[in-house]
Amino acid sequence: MSAERESPLVPYVLAFLGLVLLLWGSWWGLFAAPGEAHMGNVQRIMYVHVPTAWNAMLALTFAFACALASLFRGGWQWDARLEAAMEVGIVLSILLCMQGAIWAKPTWGVWWDWDPRLTTTAVLVFAFAGILALRHFVDDPVKRAVWSAVATIVAYVDVPIVYFSVKWWNSLHQLQSTPETVSRAFHWPLRINAFGILFLMSAMIGLRTKVAALRLRSELAPPLPAELVAPLTAQRLEGSAR
Amino acid sequence: MDATPSVEGWGLCRRYGRRWALVDVSLSVPPASVVMVAGRNGSGKSTLLRVLSTAIRADRGTARVAGHDIRTATQEVRRRIALLSHHSHLYEALSALENLQVVARFLRRNPRRDALLPLLEEVGLADRADDAVTTFSAGMRKRLSLARTLLQEAAVVFLDEPYGQLDPPGFRLVDRLLDRLRRRGTTVLMATHLLERGSALCDLGIVLEEGRLRWSGPARDLPSHGGLDAAALPVAD
Amino acid sequence: MIVAALRKDFLLQWRTRAQVAAIFVFGATALLLFSFAIGPNAEALRQHAAGFLWLALLLSSTLTLAESFQSEMEQHALEGLLLLPADARALYYGKALSNWAQLALLGVALVPIMVVLYDAGSMNVAALVGIILLGSAGLSAPGTLYAAMTSQARSKQTLLPLLLFPLVVPVLLSAVKATSLLILGDPMDQVRSWSLLLVCFDLIHWSLCGLLFGRVVED
Repeated sequence: MSAERESPLVPYVLAFLGLVLLLWGSWWGLFAAPGEAHMGNVQRIMYVHVPTAWNAMLALTFAFACALASLFRGGWQWDARLEAAMEVGIVLSILLCMQGAIWAKPTWGVWWDWDPRLTTTAVLVFAFAGILALRHFVDDPVKRAVWSAVATIVAYVDVPIVYFSVKWWNSLHQLQSTPETVSRAFHWPLRINAFGILFLMSAMIGLRTKVAALRLRSELAPPLPAELVAPLTAQRLEGSAR
Repeated sequence: MDATPSVEGWGLCRRYGRRWALVDVSLSVPPASVVMVAGRNGSGKSTLLRVLSTAIRADRGTARVAGHDIRTATQEVRRRIALLSHHSHLYEALSALENLQVVARFLRRNPRRDALLPLLEEVGLADRADDAVTTFSAGMRKRLSLARTLLQEAAVVFLDEPYGQLDPPGFRLVDRLLDRLRRRGTTVLMATHLLERGSALCDLGIVLEEGRLRWSGPARDLPSHGGLDAAALPVAD
Repeated sequence: MIVAALRKDFLLQWRTRAQVAAIFVFGATALLLFSFAIGPNAEALRQHAAGFLWLALLLSSTLTLAESFQSEMEQHALEGLLLLPADARALYYGKALSNWAQLALLGVALVPIMVVLYDAGSMNVAALVGIILLGSAGLSAPGTLYAAMTSQARSKQTLLPLLLFPLVVPVLLSAVKATSLLILGDPMDQVRSWSLLLVCFDLIHWSLCGLLFGRVVED
C-alpha cells in the first residue's frame, strides 16, 4: 500500500513543523497582537478557533473525497484514509465546539448559543461518530468499507442543508454573533496557526491511516501466492452425458 | 449441439475475512449436464454455487455462466440462472402462493392463482397454498423454495443441498425435478452430501476440499475414484 | 418492476399490521410521557406540542424502519429478489414508499392524541397533513437506506437511531417549526419557507439514497 512506501519520517517532520508553527502563531496571537476593541482578550481565542474550523472542514471534506474514491475506484487505501480522516475530523470538530463554548460563556453567559456554524459542527460530530460506530459493528471488511463510504457521502451532502435549516431556525430569535471577522492586523497569527494545525492534522491522518491499513491487513487473509494466479486453463470435465 | 460450455470458471477465489473459502477453482461444464458438487462441510460447495450464481462476488478470477461474464454482465447472468440456497428466500409473513406471486410479478409472468397452483401441486403444497410460510415445517419450506426455483425457468440452475430437510417422498420429488430439468436441457449444478444418490443421478461430478478442486470426472466414478474419505461423507439415503 | 416492489411491500405491511398498531401505541405513550416531563402547565404544553409530536414520530420511525427490513433479511428474501434479477432501485423505492405511507399514517394518527393532551390543534388540517407527509418522507428516505445497512450489522437497534438522527435534524427543525406555526398562528406566512426546505431535503435524499442503495445490499 502506498502508506508504506512513504518515508516513515514524513509524518513526524510534519508534526514537528506543525507544532512549531502553532506555538509561534499562538504566542503571537496571545501576547504580541493588539487586543480587540470591544471584546478584549477573550477574542484572542479566534487565533485558534478559526484555524481549527478551517481544518476541521478540510478533514471532513477529505473524508468525503476518500468515500467517493473508495466507492467508485476501490482499493483498501481509500478506506484506511477515510477512517483516519473521519477520526481526525471528529476530534477537530469536538475541539471546535469546546472552543465555541469557552468563548460563549464569558461573552454571553451561556455555554452554548446555537450559532448556526457551531450547531452544524455539533450535528456533524454526532453524524460521523455514528459512522465510526457503524464501522465497529460490521465485521466484514468489504461491507464495512462500502457502508461507511455511503454513510459518509450522505452525511456530507446533508451538511449544507443542516447549516441552512439551523441558520433559519436561529434567525427567528435574537441573533448572537460569534466573532467571524478578524481585521487585517490580525491575519498573520491566524495564517501561521492555520498552517500549524494543517501540518499537525496531516501528520495525524498519515499516521492513523497507517494504523488502519495495518489493521485491515491483519483482518484480511494473506494474498494468494503468485504462482497460483498465473493464467489458468479451465479444467475440462470429462465424461459423457448419461 | 452447441458445445460452448454453459458454466466456465477460471481461478475463482473467495475469502471470508481471514479464511479463503474458494482457492483457484477452475471448471468447465458442458451444456445440459447435471453436475454433482461433492465435499465435506466447509469445503466451499455453497460458496462456489453462490459465486457462480452471482449471489456473492468472486475476490479473484472470473466465470462465464450462460454465456455472460459474472463480473461485467451480472444482470444478464441473473436473468438466466436460478439459485436454490440454504436460505429459503421466502417471506415468512406471506402465504406460499403469495411468495410465488411476488416472484412471478418481478419476472413479468402470470401471477394469477390458476397459473401458479399447478406448480404448488407438483411440490405437494397445493392444500397449504394460502397458509403463511411461518406455519410451515422445514421440509415444506424446502418444497416451496424448490417451486420458487422452478418458476424462474432458468437455463442454469444451482441447487444447494436440495434434499436437505426433505422426507422420502420429498427425495423422490427432487429426483423427478432433476430428471425434468435434464430433459429440458437445463444445466444443473447440485451440491449434495448424498453420495450414492447423486452419483447415480448426475452426469459429472467434482469434489471440493478446503476450497480447492480436488477431482473431477464422471459422476459414477465419484464413490470409488473421488479420493473421498467415505467415512467423512454422511450417506443419508 | 417498481409496481411489483410496491405490491410486495404493501402486502407485507398489511400482513404485519398488528405491529403498526403496536408502534402507534408506542408513539402515543411517548406523547404522554413528554407531557409528564413538562408538567401540567397547559400553556407550556401547547407551545411545545409540535416538538413532542415530531419527537414521538421520530422515535416510532426507528421501529417502523427496522421492522421493514426484518422480513427481508430473516430468510434472505431480498437476496432472492436481487437474483431474479430485480432492480435494486425499484426495491429501494418500493420499500421507502411503503415506509413513508406507514410513517405518514402514524403521524396523522398521533395528531388527535396531541390535540387532546396538549390542547394543540390547527384549523388548517390540510396544511398539517401536508407537513406530516413532507416530514415523514424526509424520515423515510435516509431511514430506509440505513435500515437496510443496519439490519445486516450487529447491534442493529442502537445503530439505526445513531446513524439516522443527526442526519434528519433539518427535517426535525423544519417540521417542528412548521407544525408549531400551524398550531400557534403564522402571521408572516413562514410555513411556506419551511415546507420548501422540507421539499429540498426530500428531493435530495430520495434521489441520493436511491442511487446508493444498490451498493449497500450487494455482496
